[in-house]
Amino acid sequence: MFNSLSDRLTATFKNLRGKGKLTEADIDGTAREIRRALLDADVAVPVVREFIARIKARALGSEVAQALNPGQQVVKIVNEELVGILGGQTRQLEFAKQPPTIIMLAGLQGAGKTTLAGKLALHLKNQGHAPVLVACDLQRPNAVKQLQVGGQRAGVPVYAPHPGVSSETEAATGDPVAVAREGLTHAQDKLHDVVIIDTAGRLGVDEELMRQAADIKAAVNAHETLFVIDAMIGQDAVKTAQAFNEGVNFTGVVLTKLDGDARGGAALSVASVTGKPVMYASTGEGLKDFEVFHPDRMARRILDM
Amino acid sequence: LSQDEIDDDVWDEIEEILLSADLGADSTFELVDTLRERVKVEGSKDPARVKAILREELIELVDPEFDRSLAVDVSGRPAVVMVVGVNGVGKTTTVGKLARVMVAKDKDVLLGAADTFRAAAAEQLTTWGSRVGVPTVFSDVEGADPASVAFEAVDKATELEADVVMVDTAGRLQNKANLMDELGKVKRVIEKKSQVDEVLLVLDATTGQNGLSQAKIFSEVVDVSGIVLTKLDGTARGGIVVAIQKQLGVPVKLIGLGEGPDDLAPFDTESFVDALLEE
Ligand SMILES: Nc1nc2c(ncn2[C@@H]2O[C@H](COP(=O)(O)OP(=O)(O)OP(=O)(O)O)[C@@H](O)[C@H]2O)c(=O)[nH]1
Ligand SMILES: Nc1nc2c(ncn2[C@@H]2O[C@H](COP(=O)(O)OP(=O)(O)OP(=O)(O)O)[C@@H](O)[C@H]2O)c(=O)[nH]1
Ligand SMILES: [K+]
Ligand SMILES: [Mg+2]
Ligand SMILES: [Mg+2]
Repeated sequence: MFNSLSDRLTATFKNLRGKGKLTEADIDGTAREIRRALLDADVAVPVVREFIARIKARALGSEVAQALNPGQQVVKIVNEELVGILGGQTRQLEFAKQPPTIIMLAGLQGAGKTTLAGKLALHLKNQGHAPVLVACDLQRPNAVKQLQVGGQRAGVPVYAPHPGVSSETEAATGDPVAVAREGLTHAQDKLHDVVIIDTAGRLGVDEELMRQAADIKAAVNAHETLFVIDAMIGQDAVKTAQAFNEGVNFTGVVLTKLDGDARGGAALSVASVTGKPVMYASTGEGLKDFEVFHPDRMARRILDM
Repeated sequence: LSQDEIDDDVWDEIEEILLSADLGADSTFELVDTLRERVKVEGSKDPARVKAILREELIELVDPEFDRSLAVDVSGRPAVVMVVGVNGVGKTTTVGKLARVMVAKDKDVLLGAADTFRAAAAEQLTTWGSRVGVPTVFSDVEGADPASVAFEAVDKATELEADVVMVDTAGRLQNKANLMDELGKVKRVIEKKSQVDEVLLVLDATTGQNGLSQAKIFSEVVDVSGIVLTKLDGTARGGIVVAIQKQLGVPVKLIGLGEGPDDLAPFDTESFVDALLEE
């Protein structure tokens, strides 16, 4: 189990070396190894199936048959296909022609949205923008305070007209949709050119909360809706990504907790089932632990190469 | 016309169900092999029977006989519970919910906010404390030493003759050696005052194969005594705990089923397995 894919493929290819041409049976063994590696990396089963079919088709073609080293050629194909799905070129945030640009964050509970809000704010501020954070999670205990601390650390103001749930207000009250709408007006008044909206975590199956997220998005006409997803997620990535895609039609993905040792196959699952680009990686709890997503690095990580 | 043997499609389907539940390739392939063997020996040709055997095998693997009780009924001193895990899995929420359960059993509970790192973590725990009507020990100093806060909480619980003290800790990824050392220290410092009775590792049900490494490393550092599997109210099945229980012998004791104070339940093997196999 702890053998890396490259180890295993090297072993498989040892037998193939010098054969020049690979037979379907040769390819089957290789495909099994790749399948296994993808499953160990938490790539979703249907995504693995489709991926393997494509690899097999290409591996049986002439590019492999005519290669000097068919094994390496297969590795190259696998890598190319992975990078292809992961987006090849990564996309950056698109700014609205008429500021403010409105960026909304959405995702499962605990994925890293509020932390990301602070990171994005700092990143944009450092690029010369004047962002404002809007606290629309009125549900998780002290989420508003958490965002305020993040904003303070980033040196970015936080619009938080409602305290949300705290020890003084233990039940959820206040309307996140209204806060988002007012937040936009506030940003326009104060001439902020970017608005970052933090929302409560929600499950893909929670129709009511998913509708709320869609309502927030519609109320402010968000330009970018970022789906924030934990790199440690397993097979549930597909269902969750689909639910959020249907719910809020996100425009990009942020993969969090990449400073961990999870292989992060979810990146492949999400990109593959939604076709939406992974734009950023979150790589720690600190405000600066944030970077542009690199498909090629991610491909190597998933394959453990 | 009856089939001679079980169709490959049936085996593929079973494999897919198990993999999709995050059981992992190792456990899945092993289970399918066992199943194939049993089906061969039995000579059964009915896919429904195969699934019934699968259910049996899974229940045995997850083990209904495991002791899943919480070691919180100690006398003469407060029972000490530590809650640990990676970032965002539901530790603080679980502390709040579990406090509610204890309060309902007429126990005097105290919470300790040993997450001195994450923004508003102590406030979050304090909110949970007031929600369920129990006091919280925390530090006003940002970045205070978590071991000191934990010690203080246990000390206070002893002074107040509380029944249980629950220490919430900061989320940390298991590959961060310094943070894991810090966690080990929190436990050792508590142990200067009292035995630690339960170390609960909180695991998010959406977690894939990384869950095994989480359980291994946290167990090495703080000797985990039980798992709380959270967020089972979503679509994730939490199948990684099957391998964790088997390899590490650490039982899942509780499950999280939502964000509210009552959304915590004892782990039940059969319901877990049935949910795992649900299509
Ligand atoms: N190691 C690591 N931790 C992270 C990263 N991003 C967020 N976290 C941590 O993950 C935990 C959850 O992060 P939050 O930002 O609160 O997540 P959220 O999505 O806002 O959570 P909810 O609002 O409860 O749904 C916190 O402990 C964060 O410090 C990351 O990239 N790496
Ligand atoms: N749906 C659902 N959400 C949960 C469950 N348990 C916790 N949550 C949510 O998950 C998010 C993170 O929970 P926390 O209790 O803050 O997690 P944590 O492990 O303490 O996080 P850090 O301290 O930042 O590492 C919050 O939004 C919780 O409301 C559960 O069983 N189901
Ligand atoms: K999570
Ligand atoms: Mg949040
Ligand atoms: Mg916490």
